[in-house]
Amino acid sequence: MGGMSLIVRRITEIVCGFIFMYGLYIILHGHLTPGGGFAGGVIIAGSLILRVLAFGSGTESERMLSKRIPKLMSVGLLIFWGAAFTGLLMAGIFFLNAPIFGLGTPFHLLSAGLIPICNIGIGINVAAGLFSIFLAFAAVKYFMEE
Amino acid sequence: MIFLPLLIALPLFSAFVIPLLSKLWKPFAPVIGNITTFVLFIFSLYGIAAIQGFPMLVYKFGNWPPPIGIIFSFDAFSAFMVFVISIIVFSGALFATKYLNHYTGQWKFWTLYMLLTTGLMGISVTGDLFNMFVWIEISAIASYALVSFGIEAEELEASLKYMVMGEIAGMTLLLAIALIYAKTSTLNLADIALSFQTIQYSKFYWSILALLLFAFSVKAALVPFHFWLPDAHPAAPAPISSLLSGVFIKVLGVYTSARFIFNIFGLTRENAPFFFNILVGIGLLSIVYAGITALSQKDYKRLLGFSTISQVGYIMLGLGIGNFYGIAGAVLYILAHGISKALLFLTSGSVVYVTGERNIEKLGGLGESMPTTAWSFRFGALSLIGLPPLIGFFAKFLIALGAIKQGFLWLAIVAIGFSGVTLGYLLKIENNVYLKKNGVEAKEAPFLMRVAMVFLVILLLVLGIGYKPLMDFVIQPATDALLRGTEYINLILGGI
Repeated sequence: MGGMSLIVRRITEIVCGFIFMYGLYIILHGHLTPGGGFAGGVIIAGSLILRVLAFGSGTESERMLSKRIPKLMSVGLLIFWGAAFTGLLMAGIFFLNAPIFGLGTPFHLLSAGLIPICNIGIGINVAAGLFSIFLAFAAVKYFMEE
Repeated sequence: MIFLPLLIALPLFSAFVIPLLSKLWKPFAPVIGNITTFVLFIFSLYGIAAIQGFPMLVYKFGNWPPPIGIIFSFDAFSAFMVFVISIIVFSGALFATKYLNHYTGQWKFWTLYMLLTTGLMGISVTGDLFNMFVWIEISAIASYALVSFGIEAEELEASLKYMVMGEIAGMTLLLAIALIYAKTSTLNLADIALSFQTIQYSKFYWSILALLLFAFSVKAALVPFHFWLPDAHPAAPAPISSLLSGVFIKVLGVYTSARFIFNIFGLTRENAPFFFNILVGIGLLSIVYAGITALSQKDYKRLLGFSTISQVGYIMLGLGIGNFYGIAGAVLYILAHGISKALLFLTSGSVVYVTGERNIEKLGGLGESMPTTAWSFRFGALSLIGLPPLIGFFAKFLIALGAIKQGFLWLAIVAIGFSGVTLGYLLKIENNVYLKKNGVEAKEAPFLMRVAMVFLVILLLVLGIGYKPLMDFVIQPATDALLRGTEYINLILGGI
């Protein structure tokens, strides 16, 4: 499928990376500021969706990414699962917030125990999941037009 | 108590790790699937041993106490459900290992199978209302995908119908949860039960019960809401049909409604006879309508689907009778029907695997060429009809006994009489598929598939002959857990 006009593509090229980085910021500061894994993951998926909208589906980079979506989702979920399981290993309590960086100092990135790790897992999973939902809709539209 | 979180942590881990590693080594997915289900089976036996002498085990997630944090509340009824789930999941996984040769994308099947298992385990052990909803949705969504696994037109249509009905039930449940939360400001089941004691028998109380009963009746496919099941269960691959019919509708429909009626709402036959008569009515309607409809079916699996609706009616009937024998019969019926219907669906899978045909009029003479399948079918059918010493007999006997003790002699006569209808439709399969000479070429099913079927046959015999210990260690504690009523609250919240 064809993309959009030159202006849109050019702007997308400039803006896309910043949106992606903003998503990463939201995920990593999930335990300090508003937002977290889900919100950041949605923003990252938004930046990827923007690229597909501007450049059209079926590009090489999109195909590479869509092949890896199941694996990315598994990795995200396994990170979350591992964070929950750490508590079971350390104290015999599933989902215990193990104090690996100390439990919550305001304004410190490395604090709040396992919460940042949970946020990273959720972020990867949500980004991959939402992007795959968008790709599924795009593929249905593509087949309908064929 | 460490096995309690592992009941969900293990299958979740398998579900997440399968997409990563199954590309590297082809048989990884079936191997880890079988190992997981076997370990769950061991855990379920351990759970039954661990619950002896304790009314309730409470597992606090993240060490937060109950009304604040999320808990697993594991009593004898939960232990019983985990036992039933793990039996059927284990045999289904063994069967699926070979059966899936017909399909592509096997790792997707195993991931969904593990998620389905996680959801079922979660529903049976959770002590939190919203968590229960999440587990119901996880297992339901996994089952929608598994029903359409063959992606033929018929399977997709069945799956769509199933999904629409399932989500209507799911959203009704969500509405009920929202109303409960608005009224009681809590999502812990025991805390909700505590709040409900102050508003007992108000209009709000009964309307919440009606919403919940509607949602769970759709999930359990009781008769006015049953029409998705005869499409959905036959369309799935055979191990999934056996899982859906054997245990899925009972966990999502029967376990949840029993838990709510007895433990959360605190209803008994003494304080709400009208409500229990409704349950008896729904059960009777399912038994009669679906039993008679099953007689005219020509499709092997569709006939078994109608039979499932009819048999779930017996479970509702037992719960509706509401005295000790009736409830014990219903609980035992969950186990008996689960194993025998899973077995019957596995035999249908084995016939489909070998011949590729589901229409019973085009089959014939398989009794000689497939002896293991044929004899498995006969044992499953005899247990479903209720022939001693198989386990199905005791379940039906207890329900009839409960009906007589409650003064419903006619109910006992109808319940036992409809065994004749069960016999009728199962003989139809026996006659057309296994006895009649029709010259269908066939050879016996592969080894692992036969192992899965023989495992269930042995269970039917062993549990039937060992009825006394089964009753003492599993069924009676589970029945007591239900009859304990709202003492459930003190067992969970009392220790804090």
